[in-house]
Parts: sequence; structure tokens; C-alpha cells
Amino acid sequence: MSEAMELSAAEIARRVNAGEVSAREVTDAALAQIDAVDDRLGAYLTRLHDLARVSAGRVDARIKAGEHLPLAGVPVAVKDNMCLAGTRTTCGSKMLEGWVAPYTATAVARLLDAGAVPVGKANMDEFAMGSSCENSALGKTCNPYDLGRVPGGSSGGSAAAVAAYEAAIGMGSDTGGSIREPAAFCNLVGFKPTYGRVSRYGLIAFASSLDQIGPLARSVEDAALAYDVMAGKDPMDSTSVDRPVEPAATALRSDLRGVRVGIVKQFGTQGLGPEIDSLYRRAYLDLEKLGATLVDVELPTAEYGLATYYLIAPAECSSNLARFDGVRYGLRVDGEDVGRMYERTRAEGFGPEVKRRILIGTYALSSGYYDAYYVKAQKARTMFGADFKRAFERCDLIASPAASSPAFAFDAKSDPYSMYMMDYYTIPISLAGLPALSVPCGYVLPEGSSRPMPMGLQLAAPLFGEAQLLAAANAYECATQHARQRRPEGAL
Amino acid sequence: MTQYEAVIGIECHVELKTKSKMFCACPNRFGGEPNAHVCPVCLALPGALPVANEEAILQVIRAGLAFGAEIPAFSKFDRKNYFYPDMPKDYQISQYDMPLAQGGVVRYWLDDGTTKECRLTRIHLEEDTGKSTHAGSGDGRIAHSSYSLVDFNRAGVPLMECVSEPDIRSAEEAVGFLDALKRTFVQLGVSDVKMEEGSLRCDANVSIRPVGSKDLGTKAEIKNMNSFRSVSRAIESEIARQIAVVAAGGRVVQETRGWDELAGTTHSMRSKEEAHDYRYFPDPDLVPIEVDRTVVERLRSLMADLPIARFERYRGSYGLGVAQATQLVDTPQLAEYFDSCVGAGGGGQQAANFVLGDLSRLANETQTPVWESSVAPQDLAELIGLVQSKTINSKIAKDLLLRMWNGGGSPKALVEHEGLAQTSDPGSVERFVDEVLAAHPKVVADYKAGKTNVMGFLVGQVMKQSRGKANPALAGELLAQKLG
Repeated sequence: MSEAMELSAAEIARRVNAGEVSAREVTDAALAQIDAVDDRLGAYLTRLHDLARVSAGRVDARIKAGEHLPLAGVPVAVKDNMCLAGTRTTCGSKMLEGWVAPYTATAVARLLDAGAVPVGKANMDEFAMGSSCENSALGKTCNPYDLGRVPGGSSGGSAAAVAAYEAAIGMGSDTGGSIREPAAFCNLVGFKPTYGRVSRYGLIAFASSLDQIGPLARSVEDAALAYDVMAGKDPMDSTSVDRPVEPAATALRSDLRGVRVGIVKQFGTQGLGPEIDSLYRRAYLDLEKLGATLVDVELPTAEYGLATYYLIAPAECSSNLARFDGVRYGLRVDGEDVGRMYERTRAEGFGPEVKRRILIGTYALSSGYYDAYYVKAQKARTMFGADFKRAFERCDLIASPAASSPAFAFDAKSDPYSMYMMDYYTIPISLAGLPALSVPCGYVLPEGSSRPMPMGLQLAAPLFGEAQLLAAANAYECATQHARQRRPEGAL
Repeated sequence: MTQYEAVIGIECHVELKTKSKMFCACPNRFGGEPNAHVCPVCLALPGALPVANEEAILQVIRAGLAFGAEIPAFSKFDRKNYFYPDMPKDYQISQYDMPLAQGGVVRYWLDDGTTKECRLTRIHLEEDTGKSTHAGSGDGRIAHSSYSLVDFNRAGVPLMECVSEPDIRSAEEAVGFLDALKRTFVQLGVSDVKMEEGSLRCDANVSIRPVGSKDLGTKAEIKNMNSFRSVSRAIESEIARQIAVVAAGGRVVQETRGWDELAGTTHSMRSKEEAHDYRYFPDPDLVPIEVDRTVVERLRSLMADLPIARFERYRGSYGLGVAQATQLVDTPQLAEYFDSCVGAGGGGQQAANFVLGDLSRLANETQTPVWESSVAPQDLAELIGLVQSKTINSKIAKDLLLRMWNGGGSPKALVEHEGLAQTSDPGSVERFVDEVLAAHPKVVADYKAGKTNVMGFLVGQVMKQSRGKANPALAGELLAQKLG
């Protein structure tokens, strides 16, 4: 592996801007790394050799012309639910297996305009529904830290790619934990900004009121750098927020003095086993050592998070995914009439988890059930917001596990509910729209395995507290350096 | 035998005349090559998001204000979910329980001049679908067609839906109601309201009940009516059908029925049991609409006279007939022209006669609208004043009007400059009379022999001799004296 691929995004951008290395050279190194490891890892569904080289050439020309680009030459893995003009954009589904996007998502466009180079479209759980990438209909992605284990999901391809040095930044989307959980599984920083911070235009919707794009990176600084570029109002997305973005990359901190960190009673770790429990206790102590004050807070409604989420997200997805009907694009399976064509197309095009959620959502919105399910879930959602607001009167950040376990083996979670439980800590935060991230916090040895697997510490902040959140995470990361303690063998 | 009355409610869809579509920047234009006015948003490509068109929202608010509807401070868009090939997202963005306008009353008039009222339930904003063309079946119908083509140019065009209360009692009233909507929307400039182009589409909910009953009967929803005439015919046919069903001891069933223009009857399309469950829920892609009170008040203050107010004023203050009043109201610019003329002192009935008579004829001949002609409404008022003061007679007035149309300027100036003022001086008129009598001895003889109908000829000759200036009444009087 080329030395360039182990550089941080910040360092790559610095060198490319300084003319020490060209974007083209970095890109070639990234493509070489992809060709070397990805047949085994399966992080990418599409490798973008040609587009990457053309983009790199353009970046080099701009640098030559005197421009300074915050992400100059940084190789980026784009999750395959984000449109990038001229590239296959599949959502990990047979439904869109051959679909080539004719336009580019705003967040992707902003990253590319800042000098990033797209090197591939990354695998994902079909339509972002899942926590392991196993729901992809188009490929299997392995965890670079143990090829027998999942990379997490749904942004598992982006996570695996960044962990295996096949990109410096991964673009992910997070609906209920889809950035944070794979980041935890792959020893990365995974950051979900406040809902509305990053435009969703061009992100193929799963659950519109929850979906949010964010970066996966090997350091907090890199995540902050990418976030600064992506964030901000987009006239093409009415739900994007018109509010100045506080730059995060230049406001990183090395201590936590004066920061009150809330430890949530309902997010206890005893149930996760002694090894994991002690890992998180140590993480909280590390925060304290950095100057933070730990305070106990309560989120009385947290236990209803999953139930609420699995009504709202499916309800929205049942409607969002209606457009995949075989009429205009994507898969079409002919039938005797249009109704039969719809049925066959959707029966063949969608996988079992997608169908399950469409069914749940259709049911929850049906006349006679709407008030009992959808309306009630929306009321619960309002309560989550209120709960967090109350908690944040007593603290500045909330700390918890990012996932309930380390990466698990393929096929280990065959019943949907145990898979849903992976997102127990991330979902309430998503429902409240808060910014949150996962930062590496050490390793545990999974049962029956000799390979220690990474774990993630989730930190959450009040709405629009991105800069404070990233600043604090940076302090923790710099002090602990957990990610540097092990190298992913799958990358080598 | 039981007498029945009809109870009718109308739902109509009006395509708004905005620059761009409801949720994207594509032009809102009728026609064009198929799929020329489309983009990722209105084709519902994966990942595309809607952004609401403010112009359309304001137009609906204005429409609501025109009928005295309440404009709630808070409104939102909802998704109406159902699969249809010409609806790209397979849901329609519409408004379910929080429309932009609630309540209101449409006042309208019938051909005999009586005015009626129909309450509105609501006016809401939604998006139009594309258009399907079914090929291979020979008759354009979907049954037996081998394939269908979809044109998405219309997909996403802003559509305003107006729903009435069941206050309408006859086909005639339904047409009167629709006419009122049409006039009002044209005047507001929110739509072309052309049923033939599909910019106005309407459905009628029709039921019957025994006269005197307060209960509502079971309704049938009538669709596929594509002109006001077909609305009238379809409602009449449906009322007759329902009365026949009940008279034969049957029961009207709740269903959707299509109007068949050729057969002149309605036929069942689908029953209540087959009705969709639209699974409405708030569209999470769009933020709720908070309606600014100051904007509403500004729009309210800018609201011009509505057609019904004009109609009543024309009838009440100027005594115009129903036809003349309607004709004026139907062309808002003409009505404004008329109002300016009356405001400048041109009496109502005379102004109406000129505007709808000579001026409209000239307008037709020259393909120039009256309000764009060189006859300013103030000039017309001046002309009417000259006639009223008997300064000129009506023949001169017509000639003058033609010259004014051709750029002649103020009628007073023309009259003074060319000495066209009517002569009512008995001395000078007598001179013309004497000349005419001398020139036509045979006619004089005829008259004296009892053929008094030649008087008209003689007066005409006096007018000719005086180049139209003689007061014709005075000329007649003098002629009669001399021949007496």
C-alpha cells in the first residue's frame, strides 16, 4: 500500500495545495489500493477509475491556477444512495441495479467542488435499511478488522472503504444510526449532523424526516473538514436549515475543561456484558480526566425509541419507495397489465427487509390505524425532543455506546428484532434530530474470536451544536488514540 | 307522487397560471413536445426533492380571500398515496386537513338575474399529474391497449382544488356557480380557466331527496365532464336517473360515475368499496406553511371588485339588463373601461350601449381590444355628454366615434373644430326645410295626398342638407307645420 493512503484527509489536502503531491498521484494510489484489496473486502459496488482521474486532473488544474481547496485531492467513497451524475447509483438494490444518475446530490457536489475526488460508489444495506450491509442485494462487504464479520450498516461500504485506506473520507447517510454504527464497527469517526444541516437533495430517501448525510473518517479533524464543506442551506431542499454554519475544523479542542457530559441512566451498559461495560466506564473516566464534569441525566422515554422509529421510518419509506414502479426507470418486470407490472417489478426488485418495512409503513398509515400508530409515534417523537432538551439543561454533551456490541459475524443476526436492537443508542438521538458522532473508544474480544474488535463512543450535542461536539470528540481522540492501536488486516 | 329535489356539491380543479411548476423550476406551460418541460423533481427521479412555489400559495390565498374564506395562519402539505403511471412519485402532494383556505361563500347569478349563494368547504393546493396516451386499442382507451405513453409536461403543475358545500339545487345553478368561479379566477389572473385545455376540471356530487326533507341522500360522484354544457347535461341526466331508480323502488348506491358525452348518460366507474385508502400523511420533504398575517391583509386590501359585486352594481345603479351586465363583467378589462367612462360622467346605460355596441363592433373589425384603442374612456364620456346635451345627434355621435377610434382625439375638439354642433336654431333649420320642400315637389304632393310616411324621407333630406347638424326633431316639427 502506498504511504499516501495512510495520510489523513487534512494532510492530503495540505500536500496537494502546497504542490508537494498532485491530486492525480493521490488518486492513482487510492485506485491501486482499491484494486488490491476490494475484491476481498467488497466495499465498493462501482469503482470510478475514469471519473476519479478526470476529477483529479481538474483539481490539479485548479490548484495550478492558484486556488486553495479544503479537500484538494482527497479520495472519497460515496455511499451508493447519493446521486453522482454519470455513475450507477443503486441503493444496494436490484431495483436500481442499472440506474445511472443524471444529476449530482448537493452534498456530493459540495465535496467535489472543494477538491475531493470520488473513487467509488460504496455498498450499503438496500435503501439504507439495515445495520450490517447484509441487506445489500448487490454485494457482500467485509469488516477490514475481521473479514468474517460485518462492517455495520447501512453505510457499511463507506466505512469499510475508509477503514481499509481505500478512501480518506466516506460519505454516509444516517437515519437511525447508519453512520455511527458502521463507524464504531470499523474503528472510525462517524458523524451525523443535526437534521437539516446537510442538504438531502440527491440522497435517495429512506425516511425523509430522519435521513441525514454525514462523513466517516479516520479522525475527528477529517470528519470536521468534510462536514464544514457539506453543511449549509440548499435552496433545493426545503428542510435544509438556513442558519450560519460554525466552522468546526478550525475550532477543535484538546481538553474538555468546563464541559458537562451527561451519562444517561436509560443508556446503561451493564446489560452489554462486563467487558463492554468496563470499556465504557473507562471511556467516561477518560472524559473526566480531560476536564469534563460527568452528570447523571435521564431520558425517560428512551425505551420507546425503537418502537417509535419503526413506525415513522417505515411509514415514510412506504411512500418514498412507491416511485420504484417500473414505469420510468430502474427494474421493470412486465405483466399483463400495469397493476401486474407494478407487482412483479416490486416483488423482484425489493429485498425482504425493504418489503417488511414497506408493509409495516403501509399498515401504520392505513385508515383506521393511522391515529393509533403514526400519530402516536409522532407524539412520542415530540416527547423525545422535550426529553433531550431537559437533559441538555444539565449537560453540554451526552455520552453513550454507539452500538450494543462490536461487529458481529455474518448471518449472526437472523431475526430482524435483534438487528434493530443494534441501534438502541442511536435511534432516540435521530428521532430528536440531534447531532451525534461515534469515536473509537477501544476494543473488545468477541466471544469465540481471537481478533479484538473496535467499539465506538457516541457523543451527542444539542441541535446545531456540531462545532462543540466535534471539538470535544477531538479532545477525547487525541488523548486516547484508540484507533491507532490496531491496523485493519483486511487493508494490507 | 313524491317530488324530489337535487342536492349538488361541486369539486373543481383549477390549474394555476404561475411561471414555474408547483415544486420545481420547470416552466408551467400548456402543450410543448412531450416530456420537454421536465426535471429530476417532476419526474420523481430518485433523490429529488420538492420545493413549494410561493407564487402558487399566494394565488390560492387570493382566491380564498375573493370568496371571504378564512386563511388559517398555519397550513401544510400532505402526501396522497396511490399508484398511477402518470403520477411520477406514486403519491400526489396535496393538502389534507389544513388547507390554505377554509369556508367562504360563492355568490353567483342565473340567466334571469336572480342571485344565489353556495358555501365553499375549502380551497387547497396540490400538483397535477402527467398525461397518459393509450395506444393499440383503436379508441384511445386503456382497455385492450397494447402500450401507453406518458407525457410529464403537466406533472407538477400547480392545481387549486375548490370544494363546495352541497348548496346547489339544479344543473342551471351548477353552471352559474362555475361561471362565477371562472369569472373570479380570470379576474384575479390566477388561471385561464379553460375547460377545453383542462385548466378547469370539475366533478359533481349529486343526490336527490324528497322536497322538504333536510336529510342528504346517497350521492354519486360524476366525472369526465369537459365543458359547462356537459356539466349541465350530466347533472340533469344523473338527477333523472336517480329519480327513476328511486321511483322504481330501488336505492341509489354511493359510487363514482363517468359522463358519456355521446350517449348522454352517466355510467358506473367504481363503487365505494373499491375506493382507495390514500394513506394521507404530512409530507416530510416540505416544511409547514406559516401564513404571514400582514401578507394576507395586503392581499385583501389589493382585492378589486369581484364580478358579482360589479354585476349587482351594474344592475342596481345603472339598470343594465342581465345580458349587458354579464357581458361587461365577463371581460374585466371592458368592465374597467366601462367603469372609468361612467366615472368620468358617461351615464351608465348610454356607456354600456356604446361599449357593447359600436365600440365592440369596431374592436371586432380592427382586432383591437376596446381598452387598448385610442378612444379613452374619458373621451367616450365626453361624447355621451355631447349627445345628452343635444349638442350633437346620435348619427354625428357614431361618425365621431369612428374618427376617435382612428385617432381623432377629443370629441369636443372635433365638434368645435368642424362645426358639427347640432343646429337647433329655428331660423337656420327653416332654411334647410324650405330648400328641401322646393327640391322635392313630387314628394310634397304625395304627402298632401295622404302618404304621410314620406315624412321620414323629408327629415332625412333636411339632415343631409345640413350635413347632419340639424336637430332632427325640430326639422320634423317645421316640416309638419309647412306641409300642414
